[in-house]
Amino acid sequence: MNDEKANLPAVSAEQGHDSQVVLAEPIPDPGIEPHELRITDIDPKAADRVERQVSTMFGLAGLLALGSCVAYFAIPRDATLVFGPLTGNANNLALGLCLGLSLFLIGIGAIQWAKKLMVDTEIAEERHDAHSTPQQKTEIIDAFQEGVAESGFTRRKMIRRSLIAAMGLLGLPAIVLLRDLGPLPGRALYNTIWAKGIRVVNDVTLRPIKPSDLIVGQLVNAAPANLEPILEESHTEYQNAKAKAAVIVVRIEPDKIRAQAGRENWGVDGILCYSKICTHVGCPISLYEQTTHHVLCPCHQSTFDLADGAKVIFGPAARPLPQLPLAVDSEGYLVAQSGFTEPVGASFWERG
Amino acid sequence: MSEKRLSLSPARFLSARRRHRSAGLVVLLFGLLAVGSAYSAFAPDNAVADNTAQSQQIEEGKKLFAVGCASCHGLNAEGGGNGEGKEAGPSLIGVGAAAVDFQVGTGRMPAMQPGAQIPRKTPSYTPAEIEALAAYVASLAPGPAVPAEESYDISKVTDEQVTRGGELFRTNCTACHNFAGKGGALPNGRYAPSLMNVDPKHIYEAMLTGPQQMPVFSDQVLQPDDKRDVIAYLKALEEQKDPGGFGLGRLGPVSEGLWGWLVGIGLLVGVAVWIGAKGVKAKGAKAE
Repeated sequence: MNDEKANLPAVSAEQGHDSQVVLAEPIPDPGIEPHELRITDIDPKAADRVERQVSTMFGLAGLLALGSCVAYFAIPRDATLVFGPLTGNANNLALGLCLGLSLFLIGIGAIQWAKKLMVDTEIAEERHDAHSTPQQKTEIIDAFQEGVAESGFTRRKMIRRSLIAAMGLLGLPAIVLLRDLGPLPGRALYNTIWAKGIRVVNDVTLRPIKPSDLIVGQLVNAAPANLEPILEESHTEYQNAKAKAAVIVVRIEPDKIRAQAGRENWGVDGILCYSKICTHVGCPISLYEQTTHHVLCPCHQSTFDLADGAKVIFGPAARPLPQLPLAVDSEGYLVAQSGFTEPVGASFWERG
Repeated sequence: MSEKRLSLSPARFLSARRRHRSAGLVVLLFGLLAVGSAYSAFAPDNAVADNTAQSQQIEEGKKLFAVGCASCHGLNAEGGGNGEGKEAGPSLIGVGAAAVDFQVGTGRMPAMQPGAQIPRKTPSYTPAEIEALAAYVASLAPGPAVPAEESYDISKVTDEQVTRGGELFRTNCTACHNFAGKGGALPNGRYAPSLMNVDPKHIYEAMLTGPQQMPVFSDQVLQPDDKRDVIAYLKALEEQKDPGGFGLGRLGPVSEGLWGWLVGIGLLVGVAVWIGAKGVKAKGAKAE
C-alpha cells in the first residue's frame, strides 16, 4: 500500500475520504510581485498627455473614415498612381489606406489607453474545483433513479424493447444513403476516349497534325479529335473526357529513342505520344526540355524521360507515363493505333 | 535616177519608203532587235548586282562568324568540342536565319561562358552584322527564315484574338514560363526566362526555333496567326496594371505566401509583443 502511494502525488495528512485532493506545488509559489506604479499613475500631467495622445488617435481615425468616403466619391475609378515600379489604382489605394489606417489607429489607441491609463493592479484568480460535491452527486443520482422509476422504463419491457429496435433501425438509412457516394466507376478509370483511328489534334485549335508538320524538338499539346462533339453535348463531360485524354506529342531524333519491348512501332519517325497526366497525383504536365527529352511535373518534380519510354528518373511518381501508339491514316494525319493500353493518371486501389 | 536616189539622206530614204510593202516587217525586226539587246544589256547586270550584294553579305557574315563564333561552333559551323570531349557549341547547319537572329539579337550569343543556361544580354552586334551572320548560316543549309514583319504585327489584333492567344499561351507555354509570362525554374540550374519586354520578333523566332531547352512550335502546328495571338496576349499582359500596387513578381502563391507569412504575420507578432510588454514604470514609486 505504502509503495503504491509513494507514486501518487503527496496528499495532506488531514484529508479524509471525500476531502479535496490538494496537489503540492512543484516549486514554491512566489506570489504576485510587488506592484509598481507607472509614470501616468503619479504624474497627472503625463496622464493628461496620454489622454491627448489617445484622443488624437481616435480623432484621426474618425477623420480617416470620413476621408475614405470622400476618396470614394472624389477620385475617379480609373485614376492610376505610378510610383517607380509600383502602379496602383488611385481610388482603391486611397480607400484602402484610409480605412486601414483608421482601424489601425483605433486599435493602437485602445491599447495605449489600456496600457497607460486603465488600472493595472495585478490580481490572481484561482480556478474553481472541477468536480461536484458529494451532496450534488447523490442528488443527481437520486433524481435519475427517480426518473427511471417514474417513466417505467425498466418495468414496461415492450416499450423499452420497441424503442431500442426503432433507434437501432434508424441507423440503417444512414448506411443506405452511403450508396449515393457511388456508383462505382467500373472500367471508367481504365479507358479514355482514345480509340483506334482517332486523329491527334492540337489542343485549342483542334487542327489535325501531319508528321511532316513536326520537326525534331517539337512539342504539341494535343487532344483526341472525338473530343469536340462531346462539347456540344455537355460541358462537364467534355472537361472530364479532356482531363483524362490530354496528351503531349514530341518529335525526337529516332536514333536517340530507346524503344521499349513490344512498342517498337508505336512511334512515327521519332514522333511519340504520351499521356499528359502525371502518374503521381494527376497534374497535367508539359514542362518539356527538348535537349534532354525530360518532361517535369511542376507539382512534385517527378521527371520522365520521353526518349526512354517515359521512365521515371526522379520524383515520387511510381510508373512511366502511359504511351499512346501512333500511326498515320490514309490522308496522312497522325492517328491512334488504339486507346491507351493502361490506365492514365494517378494510381488507384484496384490497380495497386 | 539611181545616183539621185543614192544621194538621199537616210531619213529621207526611210521616209520615202515608209509605205513599202516590206516596211512593217523591217520595223518589227528592228523592234525585236532593240528589245533583245536592251534586255541583254540590263537584265543580266541586275542579277549579277543582286547576287553580288547577297554573296557579299554572306562573305561578311562568314568573316564575322570566323571571328566571333567559330571558336565554339567550328570554322564551318559544323559544331565544335571544347578539347575535353565535350560539346562547346552545337552544329549550326540547318538552324536557319531565325535562330541566328534570335540568339544574336537577344544578346545570348556570343555567350560569355558556357553554363547551364546562356542569359539574355545587350546584343554585341549591330542589326546589319546580325543580318550578315544570319545570311551566312542560312546559306549553309535550309532552315527557318526570319519571319516577315506582318506575321508578328499586333497592331490590328482584336480582343477576341488576344483571348485566344491567352488560351494558347496557357495550354502551351505556362508550364515553363508561368501564367503571367514571368518565367520559371527548370532542373539543374536552367530556367525559362521572363517573356516581359521581349521584342515580338524574338518571341516569334523562339517559338519557331526552340532555343536552348525550349521545344519547337513549328509554323505548321502553331500557325503564324496563333503565334501572333500569343504575342498579342503577352503584350497585353505587359500593359496590365496590378490593382493592388504590388505585383510581387506575379509568381503566384510562392511570393504571396512569403509576403503573408513574413510581413503580415511578422507585423501581428510585433503588435502582440507590444500589447503584452510591460510599460515604463516610475522608478522607486511603490503602491501603498
